[in-house]
Amino acid sequence: MECQEEKPIIYTMENKPIVTCAGDQALFTLLYTSLAQQLPREPMEWRRTYGRAPKMIHLEANFVQFKEELLPKDGNKALLTFPFLHIYWTDCCDTEAYKTSVKEDMSRWQNSLRVHGSADWVIIVVETNDTKKKNKTNILPRSSIVDKIRSDFCNKQNDRCVVLSDPLKDSSRSQESWNSLLLKLRTLLLMSFTKNLGRFEDDMRTLREKRTQPGWSFCEYFMVQEELAFVFEMLQQFEDALVQYDELDALFTQYVLNFGAGDTANWLGSFCAPVRCWNGLLLRRPIDMEKRDGIQRGEASLLDLRSYLFSRQCTLLIFLQRPWEVTQRALELLHNCVQELRLLEVSVLEGALDCWVFLSCLEVLHRIEGCCDQAQLAANCSHTVGLWAYATDKLKSLGELCGLVSDKGPTSEDLNRTVDLLAGLGDERPETVNSLQSPYKKLKEALSSVEAFERHYLELSHAAMEMYRAISRMRSARLVGKSLAEFYMRKGDPERAEAFLQEALKSYVSEGWSLPVTHTRKQIAECQKLLGRTEDYLQTSALLAGDVNLTTEERKHFCQEILTFASKSGDQSQKVSLSMGVFAQLTRLQFCPATASVHSGAVLKVELTLRCLMPVSVRIQQLAASIHFDLEHGGTHGRLKGAQRQTNPGTVDFIHSSSSAGPPSSAGGPSLELDEIQDRSPSDNSLNSTGVVCKNTHLIMRRHDSSSPSDTPNCVSPLAVTMKEEAQMLKVQDVMLEPGNNSIVFTAPSGQPGTYTLRQLCATVGQVQFVLPHIYPSVQYEVYSQEPQLTVEPLSEPLLAGLPQMVKFTLLTGHYTVKKGDALQLSNTDSMPILPSASCSARISNTAAELVGESVLSIQSSEKVTSISLPSTPPYHTLEFQLEVLCIIPSGSERPANERLTNGEVRHRPRSYSHPDTPMTAIDQRMSIDCPWSIYSTLLALTFYIPFKTKHSLLSAGNRKYIQVCVQNVSDVNFTLAEVKLTEKQHASLELQSLNTKTQQLLCSKHSVFCLWEVRWKDDLPSCLQCVFSANFSPFNQDVSAFKPFHYQFQLERVTTLYSVRAEILPPPGEQYCRSGFLCGLEVCITRLTEPAEGETGEDSKTDTDGLRTTKLMYEVADSSSNWAVCGKSSGMVSMPMTSNATHKVQIEVMPLFAGHLPFPKIKVLKYLPHTAPVAIQSDPDSCVEDTLSLLDKPLDDQGDTASIRSRGSVHSVGSNEQQQQKGVAMPRLEPFSPGQVFNHSHARQVLVLPATDDHIMEVNAT
Amino acid sequence: MAVCIAVIAKENYPLYIRSVPTQNELKFHYTVHTSLDVVEEKISAVGKALGDQRELYLGLLYPTEDYKVYGYVTNSKVKFVIVVDSSNTSLRDNEIRSMFRKLHNSFTDVMCNPFHNPGDPIQSKAFDGIVSGMMVQTG
Repeated sequence: MECQEEKPIIYTMENKPIVTCAGDQALFTLLYTSLAQQLPREPMEWRRTYGRAPKMIHLEANFVQFKEELLPKDGNKALLTFPFLHIYWTDCCDTEAYKTSVKEDMSRWQNSLRVHGSADWVIIVVETNDTKKKNKTNILPRSSIVDKIRSDFCNKQNDRCVVLSDPLKDSSRSQESWNSLLLKLRTLLLMSFTKNLGRFEDDMRTLREKRTQPGWSFCEYFMVQEELAFVFEMLQQFEDALVQYDELDALFTQYVLNFGAGDTANWLGSFCAPVRCWNGLLLRRPIDMEKRDGIQRGEASLLDLRSYLFSRQCTLLIFLQRPWEVTQRALELLHNCVQELRLLEVSVLEGALDCWVFLSCLEVLHRIEGCCDQAQLAANCSHTVGLWAYATDKLKSLGELCGLVSDKGPTSEDLNRTVDLLAGLGDERPETVNSLQSPYKKLKEALSSVEAFERHYLELSHAAMEMYRAISRMRSARLVGKSLAEFYMRKGDPERAEAFLQEALKSYVSEGWSLPVTHTRKQIAECQKLLGRTEDYLQTSALLAGDVNLTTEERKHFCQEILTFASKSGDQSQKVSLSMGVFAQLTRLQFCPATASVHSGAVLKVELTLRCLMPVSVRIQQLAASIHFDLEHGGTHGRLKGAQRQTNPGTVDFIHSSSSAGPPSSAGGPSLELDEIQDRSPSDNSLNSTGVVCKNTHLIMRRHDSSSPSDTPNCVSPLAVTMKEEAQMLKVQDVMLEPGNNSIVFTAPSGQPGTYTLRQLCATVGQVQFVLPHIYPSVQYEVYSQEPQLTVEPLSEPLLAGLPQMVKFTLLTGHYTVKKGDALQLSNTDSMPILPSASCSARISNTAAELVGESVLSIQSSEKVTSISLPSTPPYHTLEFQLEVLCIIPSGSERPANERLTNGEVRHRPRSYSHPDTPMTAIDQRMSIDCPWSIYSTLLALTFYIPFKTKHSLLSAGNRKYIQVCVQNVSDVNFTLAEVKLTEKQHASLELQSLNTKTQQLLCSKHSVFCLWEVRWKDDLPSCLQCVFSANFSPFNQDVSAFKPFHYQFQLERVTTLYSVRAEILPPPGEQYCRSGFLCGLEVCITRLTEPAEGETGEDSKTDTDGLRTTKLMYEVADSSSNWAVCGKSSGMVSMPMTSNATHKVQIEVMPLFAGHLPFPKIKVLKYLPHTAPVAIQSDPDSCVEDTLSLLDKPLDDQGDTASIRSRGSVHSVGSNEQQQQKGVAMPRLEPFSPGQVFNHSHARQVLVLPATDDHIMEVNAT
Repeated sequence: MAVCIAVIAKENYPLYIRSVPTQNELKFHYTVHTSLDVVEEKISAVGKALGDQRELYLGLLYPTEDYKVYGYVTNSKVKFVIVVDSSNTSLRDNEIRSMFRKLHNSFTDVMCNPFHNPGDPIQSKAFDGIVSGMMVQTG
């Protein structure tokens, strides 16, 4: 045990409860050894008062011979010297002897005990076998002595007399007897403890309650309670002992606090005495009697009391194996003492407390080191490091106080101070005189010289730092490092200082503590300036100049440092590159035009917004951005690429961490930048694969633990920033950057087509370059090249054929420069002539659609070509002009197919077709234009729409013929129609007499106009008429000059009336009128009007059976409206002789089914072609049968329609007729006549039919 | 009462820091920053022992001669640090606890503000008021 080697001064023996022994001393001496050995062997349970937990206790005792002086006198409160138990030993077995001497001695002993009020006694009677034997014959029963003693002394407490049998024999009986004796002794001892300590505690409490009384003294009370602590310590109850000291500690602390609150206790006066001695804690003795005496005398100072109290607590804690609590309490104590002295306003020599704290720290650490092994110490650094750091701190302030830190060394004043401080340390304590490394020696040595101080201070600092590192309190370690750096700076060693500062700075930056960052950086700047590390210093200065935590004055100072350097005229090698981020931030980049895509040679402006962080405006000699140029791959098909090109954002905002305040940029990390990639096969451009790529993996995947903080713009050391020379640069000279946002406009090079990427930005201020090594996110613009392009489009939709229409020519010049004299050559076409106009002007506009110029076009037309000379136009401009063209409405006449255009191309006939979107017939008109920039002609198509639909029909009245033309306006425009004319081309004798009255007619949109002509002829009516309908038209409300002709050609065939059909309905015989339900006669009279012409003979079939030339006709009576019932034969065949006026009459019986004016039944006459008729081509027989049958089925009325349809496109209708005729088959068939060939006189005639009876029955249905 | 009150983000950068004698601001910044060492130590020690059923109040982080530094950590690892003058002996542990609770409540209010961007420095006037109240009380 510690205390054994340390030798307590108060008692030479170790403290044990005192037990007195009276009676037979020789007997006791005989038994003493085994008694002392066996008493502590077994623990006893000690039940405590005041609800304290019972404890198992190993009892020991200090057996001393009984003397009356040992008994405490009244008022003596000493507990340590208190005899807790009194034993009377006797081995008397002889009644006589007992009666004569022993009893008397015993009662004397009892009396003296009673006088002192001690009730803790026991009488031990030792019995041995020899004594038994010796007295066997003449003695009383062996128990009689014990009984006697019991009756004499223990009147009520029989247990106060114990028998010990054969103590020196090794028998079970003896052992049993020993055990019971020991148990008894232990029990009695404990009872005594409980009783006596309880009484003592009560007294002590009473004393404590008196603490408000004027005469009360803390020191006295201290001694009393410490007595109790001693007893507990004696009983090995260190916990309880510690509680006593803690109570004293708390009590004292409370008094000091009360003093602070104005409640002064008298006794506290002694503690307020000026501190004269600061020799630190002394923990090497269990009890520091010097200090204890001082306390007892009431002369102790506050530091003495605290020191003594702590040394006791320390001792007990170490007994309790709680060394780490010692360190913790020590730190608290030291802080507390400093505070208490301050609170009590005790006058202390400056630095004295530092000495005291320093010594105390080291003393505690030594004490702990003394009782722990190295491994334990290392594992519990966290408990000791506080003391190390505190000691370091104190030594540093002592060094500063004594002038040991400055590089000049201490002044005489400093030396005087040192002497005073050393005087207060007193002499070294005897315990440590011989040790080499005592705290006392250390302090003395450290204060003796600058070198020694440095050695000790560094040793302590490094020890503290290493310990902090070991327990990974990096921040604390760095703070110690910083303080070390300050020391080095004082010593004029900036190099070492910088290393520590940089490390600290790194941690502040990475955790975003702006104020420490600023402060540390300022210190670093100082280091770097001293070290002459220009580049680093400038970098740091730049950071500081932009630091908002500094005052404007300071910022200006640092800014000036940079500017001063920059303006130094040095050689080029002296140039310094710094990171741009410290000087200015690129916040925004804006392209104008915003598409960031221009054609080659165009002007592209780039506007940078730079936030200048400097406190003053700075003139920049040059601001340059380097550009990386990528040639555009895959040719320069300007237009195609332009459409597909990914549009670059016109404005790029760069995000910066707001300022040095706020979270560090590493906190969030960069956001993902994703892009789509497509892999297309090179041959057919089909998609092979597609995916998403992260464009900034290098930023995201970067290891965060090691490198991320240093990459922030706050970084400590300047990056290796180098400006890469690129071929192309954006440059601006002489810019004044004001604090805050500045806008700088560059003109970007746009010579070659391709992609330009802005890579770096560099601002040059004299010798200093501020470089932004990567512009991120990447900024690109594109320059493209475009082929010239000509388009023609209608000025207004739709283009109407037949009228002059304006079309717009648009020429995008692309990369081509239109020179003076360049002309567009338009091949003329007859179907669409270009109308010359007086003033045709061209507008030239640039890409931004701003009008640049306007000039008159000169248009020259030759027979084949119209040449338009263009005004000179710069590249990438738009040239626009309008031309009037006229698309001639095709009238249907045939043209030679082999006609060729001037350029040798086969002329494409404008083909008309019906357009699905409009009722108008559309014509695609092709244009072929030769352009000066290409050897190939440009082919363009315009779609025109014919505003009219024209129909014609042949009408007959007997032999007289009429032609009707219907013009339908299908456009949305109203027209005026004038000079309607119909002419026949082949037959001059033919006269077409107009039956139209108006010369001009309004033809509204979606309406029709009908015109009628009577055909008159002199000799013979030709069977085929080639007619041309012509009219002039103009949009409504325009003058006569605007009239345009409109032609419509058509052909009429088989015009002549061959047969006339007359029908007569005859009432039944004897009746005047027909009656419904009665048969009537229908007489059909078919008359041949003309002899068949030459051409007809070939067509018509003839039968030469009886030598007479006849034509077979078929007639048929059909009533579609069910007015008539045909009775008997309804159809039949007649053979008409081939002579004029040959008549054939047919009688048919019909019956009217209703009364009233009934229309005549329909009579159809058809050509009958016998099977013998010559057949030209044997073609598909089935279809022919179908044809004939379908014709048969058709009512005669429809014939007119069929004809009109057939003749619409005259050419084709003729063709189809021929075809039909050629399709003759070897079967008799019927063929209808053309509409004009048969004239039905009784068409639409009516006959009155009377009802069958006169019964007038009216059926009325009421519902 | 308190001489310095700081709120520190999970990532250990200051969200709010205010100290009463403004000329000592820098010193308090250093003190609070250094105290994070102990906060982290305590969090990891407590985390191992009790899981999520932990006490938010970390107690005295470390005493210095002049100041006592107390710590508190929310479940989202936001740290509160209160620095008290050592000479101010009237302050009990319970009062420190209640100060932290008040601070936490006010902080929660700040976080509930939909216009507040978590992670940004606290600029709430209400929070400022609460902090001022704690600092002014005894002067």
